[in-house]
Amino acid sequence: MSAFQGTADRDDFNRLGYGDGARGRLNTADHAAGELASKRIIVGYGFWIFLLSDIIMFSAFFASYAVLVGATAGGPSGSELFDLRNTGIETACLLLSSFTCGIASIGARTHRGAWFYGAMTATFMLGAAFLSLEVREFGDLVARGAGPTRSAFLSAFFTLVGCHGLHVTAGLLWLSTMMAQVFAKGYRADILRRILCFSLFWHTLDIIWVALFSMVYLMGAST
Amino acid sequence: MLGKLSWAAVPLDQPIPLIAAALVGVMIIGVLGWITLKGWLPYLWREWITSVDHKRIGIMYILLAMVMLLRGFVDALMMRSQQALALHSQGYLPPEHYNQIFSAHGTLMIFFVAMPFVSGLMNFVAPLQLGVRDVAFPTLNSVGFWLTATGALLVNISLVVGEFARTDWLPYPPLSELAYSPGVGVDYYLWSIEISGVGTLLSGVNLVTTVLKMHAPGMTYMRMPMFCWTTLASNLLIVAAFPILTATLAMLLLDRYLGFHFFTNEAGGNVMMFMNLIWAWGHPEVYILVLPAFGVFSEVFSTFSRKPLFGYRSMVMATMAICILSFTVWLHHFFTMGAGADVNAIFGIASMIIAVPTGVKIFNWLFTMYGGRVAYSTAMLWSIGFMITFVIGGVTGVLLAVPPADFVLHDSLFLVAHFHNVLIGGLLFGAFAGYSYWFPKAFGFRLHEGLGKASFWCWVIGFYVAFMPLYVLGLMGMPRRMQHYDVPAWRPWLLIAAGGAVIILAGIILQIAQLAVSIRMREALRDRTGDPWDGRSLEWSTPSPPPAFNFAVLPRVEGEEAYWRIKQRARQRAKLGEEPSYTEIEMPRNSATGFICAFFATFMGFALIWHIWWMVALAAFGAYATFVAFAWRDRVEDIIPANAVARIDRANRSARGEVLAGLQVAQ
Repeated sequence: MSAFQGTADRDDFNRLGYGDGARGRLNTADHAAGELASKRIIVGYGFWIFLLSDIIMFSAFFASYAVLVGATAGGPSGSELFDLRNTGIETACLLLSSFTCGIASIGARTHRGAWFYGAMTATFMLGAAFLSLEVREFGDLVARGAGPTRSAFLSAFFTLVGCHGLHVTAGLLWLSTMMAQVFAKGYRADILRRILCFSLFWHTLDIIWVALFSMVYLMGAST
Repeated sequence: MLGKLSWAAVPLDQPIPLIAAALVGVMIIGVLGWITLKGWLPYLWREWITSVDHKRIGIMYILLAMVMLLRGFVDALMMRSQQALALHSQGYLPPEHYNQIFSAHGTLMIFFVAMPFVSGLMNFVAPLQLGVRDVAFPTLNSVGFWLTATGALLVNISLVVGEFARTDWLPYPPLSELAYSPGVGVDYYLWSIEISGVGTLLSGVNLVTTVLKMHAPGMTYMRMPMFCWTTLASNLLIVAAFPILTATLAMLLLDRYLGFHFFTNEAGGNVMMFMNLIWAWGHPEVYILVLPAFGVFSEVFSTFSRKPLFGYRSMVMATMAICILSFTVWLHHFFTMGAGADVNAIFGIASMIIAVPTGVKIFNWLFTMYGGRVAYSTAMLWSIGFMITFVIGGVTGVLLAVPPADFVLHDSLFLVAHFHNVLIGGLLFGAFAGYSYWFPKAFGFRLHEGLGKASFWCWVIGFYVAFMPLYVLGLMGMPRRMQHYDVPAWRPWLLIAAGGAVIILAGIILQIAQLAVSIRMREALRDRTGDPWDGRSLEWSTPSPPPAFNFAVLPRVEGEEAYWRIKQRARQRAKLGEEPSYTEIEMPRNSATGFICAFFATFMGFALIWHIWWMVALAAFGAYATFVAFAWRDRVEDIIPANAVARIDRANRSARGEVLAGLQVAQ
């Protein structure tokens, strides 16, 4: 008891090695010892956090698809519906658009208008091609009586793939806004940060599509 | 033209909601009229509505929470009085109305009281404790707040236009499907939670980035105050859990709007998938709410025991362990689903394991008080009241985590008593402790201690009188959500519980009185030094209220309890540190983006609920145009000149210098 009396001015009250907080394996002194992180780092980091949350949202749709994939309610299953040739072209468009998006961000960083506008336009065209193929596929399925209201499996399929499609649509809107903004304002630091976020977003859509293509189309067509 | 909306949507035949809505309407018009007459509107617009200052946004969050607490509490009073009356009779609330009331009560209390309260505290405190001038994304933060307000507004609009959900605070299908709930009630619920959920997610992204990436020089992770750690854990959970809620509710919306079959009885829909998904969000949500409260208690126990927090590192570990474990227990919300003994056992054990880090925290707080010089301030009373109440709630929780016991107590009032025990005793007491602890920091004067303590005693006693009978009733077999009943033995307990609600009402009235009296006595309660409690973390080194830029010069942190060290050094040397050289400070400009976005979001939500499609398109375009207009700004920062910074900081230093001189004289 006496050990604790009158200890208010001592440093290690509880004799637990209370101290400078920079010891042990959780030592992160190097991280914050210097000045604040740059704005570019903070914005990119924050956008990554947002993208992770987006991926979690997709994982919820993936999970529900996995639960409902067998619930065809007497309707068609994936192997009767999926056209791998169409999806293969979609995949090629999207993967290529990631490449052109990379070129566009290099163009923006080096302030080379021809590369930036050219590659952004190519990205837009490839994204739009992907979307139109997807819309055609959806329309085709609905016309064959395999719309989302036919069965729980098709509800989950349309929601999962459609959610990705909506993201691509939003990405195209964002892309054209960024082009207009660079045209109007030039390569300002805050605009370059937005382009960084856009390219992160676009590449993430690619990653999600890879998962979609393998889990929905490849696995669905083979069973 | 107006979709499903017509005059029939206004419940002219039901006096209770109409009178309530009329009262609210008169109050809103009264407040707006008063503000306009006084000429405060430009000030409010400039300094609050368009503010991107994390402190102001935090205060607005808490204001929203308090107003909604009143609305949610009125619902609680109505439920308690209905059940007190409804033995062998219909009481005064018809079933469809009673069902709306318990649904609105749960929805409001979780989404629009608890969430904004903790968001407000985290927004206000975390950057100050980290020693930085702002959050990572100030305008996004403002958007997040206003979207939350949009959700609250939509829930309250449902009082007058249409109806609210009758499906409880989590709309379980198939009841919530179009076939069984054809009205707009469920749609009100879904769109307000979807919109405010986006707001919560934005706020979570912002605070995770702030805590992980923005620090004063030397503020390493293991030097952060405990409240920053709980802020981090809570917001990590928001980022990881809220997208699941968004996705799940989107599936239900697709079922209702476009005839999909996620959760329907026909065409292969899977009802239990909804329970699994919603609780994969819902259980982490419990910890999203309670972890920041744990952070508040850690600060309060340490400050008012005049000791550092006991076992800081074990506290960090416990917090992060809870953060992870919270994702492994969701199935205990529906043991009766029939997943089998093995699955139930695993989730039961996981639920008990989560009590271990929580126990670590309780012991750490006890040992923080042990041997300290404990001052029984209002904040400390809330914290001690929490510790006792929360342990009881935790024990009944462990009891419910035993699957065989759960089969008996499932969906009974025992469960209702349990979660109110942890939510009121854990979260709400924490929110009130934080409110009285940081109020002087926010407004420059303390709250009246006497009225605060009186309110605390009413709340604590009222809580026990209101909820202990519910445990008994649960064991007697009374199910939850009963509009009327025919068991006379339940009646006395329900009468006692209603009496408890009245005692809590007295506590709330005392809190309102406390606020009013404190504002009137603000000169006597003035906090001149900025450090009214002899605090230990950096927020107490700023003046009260802190200037827009928080810190004239970013503090250098050399260990845990950054400000305590600075004070100790000043006391040893008998003088303050050298006056720094002041430079101008760039702060983000205010922006109406958040408010305008929420304006469009409100119309969009309303239009979606009533199927007014042209308005949906118009509002979506408006929101997009707002973002583009924001992105097109050329001046994004305001500059605060060096002499203004110097003036503010010199005033702060001289107040502290006087205290230091006083200490020397006393010795």
